[in-house]
Amino acid sequence: MTTASSADHPTRRDFLFVATGAAAAVGGAAALWPFISQMNPDASTIAAGAPIEVDLSPVAEGQDIKVFWRGKPIYISHRTKKQIDEARAVNVASLPDPQTDEARVKSGHEQWLVVIGICTHLGCIPIAHEGNYDGFFCPCHGSQYDSSGRIRQGPAPANLPVPPYQFVSDTKIQIG
Amino acid sequence: MSGPSDYQPSNPALQWIERRLPILGLMHSSFVVYPTPRNLNYWWTFGAILSFMLGMQILTGVILAMHYTPHADLAFKSVELIVRDVNYGWLLRNMHACGASMFFFAVYVHMLRGLYYGSYKEPREVLWILGVIIYLLMMATGFMGYVLPWGQMSFWGATVITNLFSAIPYFGESIVTLLWGGYSVGNPTLNRFFSLHYLLPFLIAGVVVLHVWALHVAGQNNPDGVEPKTEKDTVPFTPHATIKDMFGVACFMLLYAWFIFYMPNYLGDADNYIPANPGVTPPHIVPEWYYLPFYAILRSIPNKLAGVIAMFGAIIILCFLPWLDAAKTRSSKYRPLAKQFFWIFVVVCILLGYLGAQPPEGIYVVAGRVLTVCYFAYFLIVLPLLSRIEKPRPVPNSISDAVLAKTGSRSTPMVSTAIVLALAGSLFAGSVDSAKASEGSDQPPGNKWSFSGPFGKFDRGALQRGLKVYKEVCASCHGLSYVAFRNLSEPGGPGYSVAQAAAFASEYKVKDGPNDAGDMFERAGRPADYFPSPFPNEQAARAANGGAAPPDLSLITKARSYKRGFPWFIFDFFSQYQEQGPDYVSAVLQGFEDKVPEGVTIPEGSYYNKYFPGHAIKMPKPLSDGQVTYDDGSPTTVAQYAKDVTTFLMWTAEPHMEARKRLGFQVFVFLILFAGLMYFTKKKVWASSH
Repeated sequence: MTTASSADHPTRRDFLFVATGAAAAVGGAAALWPFISQMNPDASTIAAGAPIEVDLSPVAEGQDIKVFWRGKPIYISHRTKKQIDEARAVNVASLPDPQTDEARVKSGHEQWLVVIGICTHLGCIPIAHEGNYDGFFCPCHGSQYDSSGRIRQGPAPANLPVPPYQFVSDTKIQIG
Repeated sequence: MSGPSDYQPSNPALQWIERRLPILGLMHSSFVVYPTPRNLNYWWTFGAILSFMLGMQILTGVILAMHYTPHADLAFKSVELIVRDVNYGWLLRNMHACGASMFFFAVYVHMLRGLYYGSYKEPREVLWILGVIIYLLMMATGFMGYVLPWGQMSFWGATVITNLFSAIPYFGESIVTLLWGGYSVGNPTLNRFFSLHYLLPFLIAGVVVLHVWALHVAGQNNPDGVEPKTEKDTVPFTPHATIKDMFGVACFMLLYAWFIFYMPNYLGDADNYIPANPGVTPPHIVPEWYYLPFYAILRSIPNKLAGVIAMFGAIIILCFLPWLDAAKTRSSKYRPLAKQFFWIFVVVCILLGYLGAQPPEGIYVVAGRVLTVCYFAYFLIVLPLLSRIEKPRPVPNSISDAVLAKTGSRSTPMVSTAIVLALAGSLFAGSVDSAKASEGSDQPPGNKWSFSGPFGKFDRGALQRGLKVYKEVCASCHGLSYVAFRNLSEPGGPGYSVAQAAAFASEYKVKDGPNDAGDMFERAGRPADYFPSPFPNEQAARAANGGAAPPDLSLITKARSYKRGFPWFIFDFFSQYQEQGPDYVSAVLQGFEDKVPEGVTIPEGSYYNKYFPGHAIKMPKPLSDGQVTYDDGSPTTVAQYAKDVTTFLMWTAEPHMEARKRLGFQVFVFLILFAGLMYFTKKKVWASSH
């Protein structure tokens, strides 16, 4: 409205016009917020994403289970001695995403690997106990992870992420 | 849209586009330089207000559809989850639901303005007919939208309205089956209504484009009804009309916000907070207020087919208005008789609306018939006759003559009509409530609630005590299925900490599963769990309670109401009285009397309650003095229990009430400031044109 064609009000920078325009802009921007905010997870979704407890006692050595937390598959592997040794023998500096195995498990519970089972390439679910590294193999684009869930080969850029978790007891973990 | 434009943008990139698609020129000629009569009054801003409302409805509607589930078993719940859990979901839902009413309010003003100033006359017949088509599409859209929450009024409204088509001879029943997609209103009906409710607004938007196109070809009518002749008669659309329209929209937003933030349920029906039940019809089926005049016409005619024809005829007749009214003078300003009959017609419509909300019995039926005749007589007798016998006053030579002749005192009729219309609106609105069933029960006494009024807040102590009363007394029969334990620690609630809510939840046993072995198991409740219901299903609830299932209490204070009656519902609009539900619930809890009054018989297994409709309630007196112990020293009386538990149930029905009122205050401060700024800006822009 300040670009009025009529020549009879040359007060383009008139305080009133600026104030009105500013009020409209501020009001419009504030009104936008609820429309954007509603896209975020709602309260029930957030509540459903609360931490979960998993009993590890039925998981035998060499076996792994898949549990769901916040809609994501979490792999819990009960690693064998061989798998642990393989994971620790590798030269960390040579890895695409250098990280020690110790940093990816809880000390005292080295046999348990807990990772989010989502390929860091484009989000497919890797298959456990497959591939060349005694770890995970993603069937979508051929990414291979080792027995510590670290990327070793293929297009994925990063290791399988470790979710926040802790041991409640020797045979029970809380994820989240 | 008024011919080729000589608009040339200066930016080379825009020039490039303009040579290939002259859309900027179209915009420029339609909304910038477009000549608009300089004598337009504020009734003309309702076109812009309607565009704004259509935009709001589409925007909020698309968003609600992101969260809504169109399934008969889940629709009601998904609407509650939108209101309770989605960020600002309560706001978006109120905007959409109140927006429908505001849209219709604005369209009625817009239509009556067209009627008063003869905007349908040559050369604007097509413009007018397109408007009637938009109105019909709006009615269909509004009706189907009202079905989506799948409450009792949704379900029975859908049943009644679709059954209108069964009046069609020979094919009626087949058409109704076709509409339903089943043998009754059910899930397929809900699904297709959702689909169509999403589609029709875009059709409306399409017809609006045609409507605006036709408007820009014929040019706007104006209060004096004379066509612009020279350039002195018009002003450029931008900034004059744009700024005036924006000021009009800002003022309208104040009314809109009043409903959104302070009266969200004023225009709705309490019965629609009861989930759809195909086995029970509410005592009075009342459509939304904007359909009431036509509903009254339908009910006035004792023959099914004739009633349906009359109802649709009442709208279709508008299409023929340009030919029924053959008077050469457009504006009623210069037609002394037409002006009077116009206002009589407005009153007839309002009264029809009032009758549409009354029970169809006694004097209401007779009055309905008389007014139906008046409605049609206006179009079929009065207008054709007037155009032959009326001697209009001389119209001014030109718009600028009319503007110059205008004195300050001329604007007073507009003020009075504004008041009449405001009253009419509130009368319409409130009449919905007055159709509530309340046969044979006393008016619940009014209470002082901490949560009433524009700054109302919940009394934390009362919420905590009320929760205790619910848990120890009500919970043995009544569920609270929309309330999760986590809600107890949310802002605006009873004020418990997260740990307290978790501890409270862990006292409950919740069914979960299946586990690895495929079995269901019980575990301690978590904050994310909902209050467990006392009965596994409705049949079990019925069997255990003498045939009457105890209703879920989550929404009870919004799902119950009582008749306020004229003129209270008008005062309620201004005083923001919204507490019919709490007043009723608290009254029923205290309304038990051991001694049944003389002349009243109560069936076996029922109890006498002074405030329960019909007086015979299946629930035995639930509360007695000293029944629940209070730690904070509050009196342990029935009156205190009733007050506390009602406050608690008001919170369960609307956990974000405090946020609603708080945001409402902020919005009002802003809107009043903004409307003031717009007013002075508008004055400045128009200063040189008056």
